Amino acid sequence: MNTTFVKKLSIAALLAASLSAQAADTIKVGVLHSLSGTMAISETTLKDTVLMMIEAQNKKGGLLGKKLEPVVVDPASNWPLFAEKMRSLLTKEKVDVTFGCWTSVSRKSVLPVVEELNGLLFYPVQYEGEESSYNVFYTGASPNQQAIPAVDYLMKEASVKRWVLAGTDYVYPRTTNKILKAYLMSKGVAESDIMVNYTPFGQSDWQSIVSEIKKFGSAGKKTAVVSTINGDANVPFYKELGNQGIHAEDIPVIAFSVGEEELAGIDTEPLLGHLAAWNYFQSAESKPNTAFIKEWRAYTKNPKRVTNDPMEATYIGFNLWVKAVEKAGTTNVDKVIDAMVGLKTPNLTGGTAEMLPNHHLTKPVLIGEIQEDGQFEIVYQTKEVDGDAWSDFLPGSKDLISNWKAPLKCGNYDTKTKQCLGDKK
Amino acid sequence: MPSYFQRIPMKILLLSLLLITSIFANDFESATHALVHSSTKEKITIVEQLSETYANDNRLILLFNALLDSKLFYKTSDDTLVYLLKKDDDNYYTKTVLSSQVLEVMNKSDFKKVKTNNKLRSVIRNKVSELSLILGDETARLDAAKNIANHLNPDSITLIDKALLKEKNADILSILQESKLILSVKYATGKVQEDAIVALADSLSQTSIQALQEVQNGSDEKLKALAKQSIAYIKEGRTFYSYIEKAFFGLSLGSILLLAALGLSITFGVMKVINMAHGELIMLGAYTAFTIQQLFPTLIEYSLLISIPVAFIVSGIFGILIERFVIRHLYSRPLETLLATFGISLILQQIVRSVYSPLNQVVKTPQWMSGTLEINSALSLTYSRLYIIIFAIMVFFTVLFVLKKTSLGLKVRAVTQNRPMAQAMGIRTGLIDAITFGLGSGLAGVAGVALSQLTNVGPNLGQAYIVDSFMVVVFGGVGNLWGTFIGAMTIGELNKFLEPSVGAILTKVLVLVMIILFIQKKPRGLFPQKGRDAQD
Repeated sequence: MNTTFVKKLSIAALLAASLSAQAADTIKVGVLHSLSGTMAISETTLKDTVLMMIEAQNKKGGLLGKKLEPVVVDPASNWPLFAEKMRSLLTKEKVDVTFGCWTSVSRKSVLPVVEELNGLLFYPVQYEGEESSYNVFYTGASPNQQAIPAVDYLMKEASVKRWVLAGTDYVYPRTTNKILKAYLMSKGVAESDIMVNYTPFGQSDWQSIVSEIKKFGSAGKKTAVVSTINGDANVPFYKELGNQGIHAEDIPVIAFSVGEEELAGIDTEPLLGHLAAWNYFQSAESKPNTAFIKEWRAYTKNPKRVTNDPMEATYIGFNLWVKAVEKAGTTNVDKVIDAMVGLKTPNLTGGTAEMLPNHHLTKPVLIGEIQEDGQFEIVYQTKEVDGDAWSDFLPGSKDLISNWKAPLKCGNYDTKTKQCLGDKK
Repeated sequence: MPSYFQRIPMKILLLSLLLITSIFANDFESATHALVHSSTKEKITIVEQLSETYANDNRLILLFNALLDSKLFYKTSDDTLVYLLKKDDDNYYTKTVLSSQVLEVMNKSDFKKVKTNNKLRSVIRNKVSELSLILGDETARLDAAKNIANHLNPDSITLIDKALLKEKNADILSILQESKLILSVKYATGKVQEDAIVALADSLSQTSIQALQEVQNGSDEKLKALAKQSIAYIKEGRTFYSYIEKAFFGLSLGSILLLAALGLSITFGVMKVINMAHGELIMLGAYTAFTIQQLFPTLIEYSLLISIPVAFIVSGIFGILIERFVIRHLYSRPLETLLATFGISLILQQIVRSVYSPLNQVVKTPQWMSGTLEINSALSLTYSRLYIIIFAIMVFFTVLFVLKKTSLGLKVRAVTQNRPMAQAMGIRTGLIDAITFGLGSGLAGVAGVALSQLTNVGPNLGQAYIVDSFMVVVFGGVGNLWGTFIGAMTIGELNKFLEPSVGAILTKVLVLVMIILFIQKKPRGLFPQKGRDAQD
């Protein structure tokens, strides 16, 4: 009688203690993805991914004995609002880490805030490079992990000699195409064999551009299109390609912004064989990937839901952050950043992702051909490639390196003048 | 001991004999079966072997075509190769490759696709062309001839000569003859080459130019001069057709603008209502096309034809509702109308987001609308664009007829010109307002069906076209249907003739600047309304 009473009491006390601990002492995780506006289609998925990972981590008992608590805000595809929301996350909510942003312009908008308040941001999308911040971890691909290997593949495997660089008119395609053009010319491609074309966001009339590409491609040399066309404009572009009878066998199009999710809105039959370059495809065969897809479908309660590359980048980023916090034994930003470099975690394609001193990851490069069911057949895969913050093919950045580890601690160190061009930490 | 050593080579000999027989004497079965578990590289070798061994076998073309169309699967349970005949959702209708026996319907997960990639497909396509140039039906032979013309090599000549003997179809003949000329230019010598260089001047293709350029880069002065002359001829022809192509592109863009603006030229032009929700009525039309395809998945070929009247009714009803409940109370208050209809446009977008999801939807293109009409090797017109041009013109004349020749049209014009007088004559102006607005909105819906073939079907579809539509109506002259027609076509042509030289972004800017300047000069547009009522 007595013993059971004591038992009951102690259980109650334990329960109360754990409850109060949960209420007062949690680790706050900021989620800064647009849930409305034009980018909502892509970014909502990443918000759900973070929430799913937090839920799973809490089921495993949380982190450092505390529960993780998500703080979701909606910057509404409005770039200045990203900075405001970031500020409120860091000052009001006092989050320990933030996962967020999609477009480069939103990242550029939050960057000064994160640096000023010494926050911690994980950015999960492929981008144009030419940036390295102490407070940001770039878990998506830099140009040398997507664009350049893709072009290499076409050059070697498909013996492409003539290039069309087609993109939407904004910072990512412009910088990527500048790097690609410099790279191609360094490989001996003549300037007359490169055609660069920019179109506005949401371009819907592609007749003359596709007809130009067709003419450019019928000059006797094997031609490929490298597409940095973004979002909605892809659908009418691919439709027009199909209508004008451009087969992937004749003029393949390799895209850097078209993934499983984008293909879900397109009739993929005329796209058969066109390519995409990413660091992850849903069709990658590995145990962690199968588990991840299963978990994702269970979480979204949709048995047909697809996964994509930025989701994998979020997955890797989250796991690395968990490891770093465990290693540092605290969520203190400086200590976590220091613990992060050199950590390794399995990626979803059967390899390992390692955080480099320049805050970029090692990633394998995968080239996939579009199948009629909207999935990609992986036709080429490299070993893990080190992410490079500063491109080696641009005159302004080829001598720069980034290393946030102890002696150097600099994001843009000029190896020629032996000077750090930005702020040292 | 020696006998032991002798026995081994005997064994090998026997074994290899067995192997050979299994490849050659044995049937199609084991040869095709190798496709199931092999890498794409291995498949290329298999395909090459197959096409050598079974060159005259009709089953081979069937098999290759299935591979090209991703219709070749195998059963995971026993590796039987099957053709996919039809699928609805996860149910696959199949028949076996070898015995053509139709299997019972099975779930998708029971099959795996025989995978292909670009390289393999291009090898197969070349093999298929070689096979079907002689044996295939007319369309297959035409495709084959085109493909061979694009991948000419010195060996092609035997095949082309063989086909030329049998071929009757004029189109195929001309492709083959041109290919033969190109081969002669490239590989023949003496008189034959000279004649070919001269004869090739009548061609229009880029491949001919390349072949001639090779000669031009050679050393024979006489041949160089001839080649130069021929190239000049070909280029002249190509330039001419490139102008026709640009004019067609402009016409096509113009007809899309016309469709989008026609409804607006009635609601804005005739009724003077600024309807910011016009774009969303277009979007509703596109979603109607999508819904019809979802409801009748077996009628994809006719779905667009069914969608046209349905979309007209759906958007028309929405338009009438908007008119009766909102706009009616705001006549002669343009600013309030603008704000109210802008609000309605946001509501309609959100309804679509909630009902259909914010993601873009796929509206399938029927077979008869896909592909291109090839006039010659320098000019080909896409069918979807061609049909939309014809359709836009038909819609335009129907509207013109309704407004000019019917009693409804008479009443519409009477009401918009002088409302109190029309009322005094016994016209129910309220009813006419609603019908006119419904007509304008219905036309927006019809435009939506056409647009679903060209662009994204998503909640933001309408926003992309609302500005352009207003631009066309204002440019053409408010209240004048012919003005809208000419305005749309002018803007379309202007866009397409500017685009190749200055790029897509600058074109948009230039066109807008030109229109602003034009409106400064002629504020009432191309065709201003004349008469007393136009002066207010």
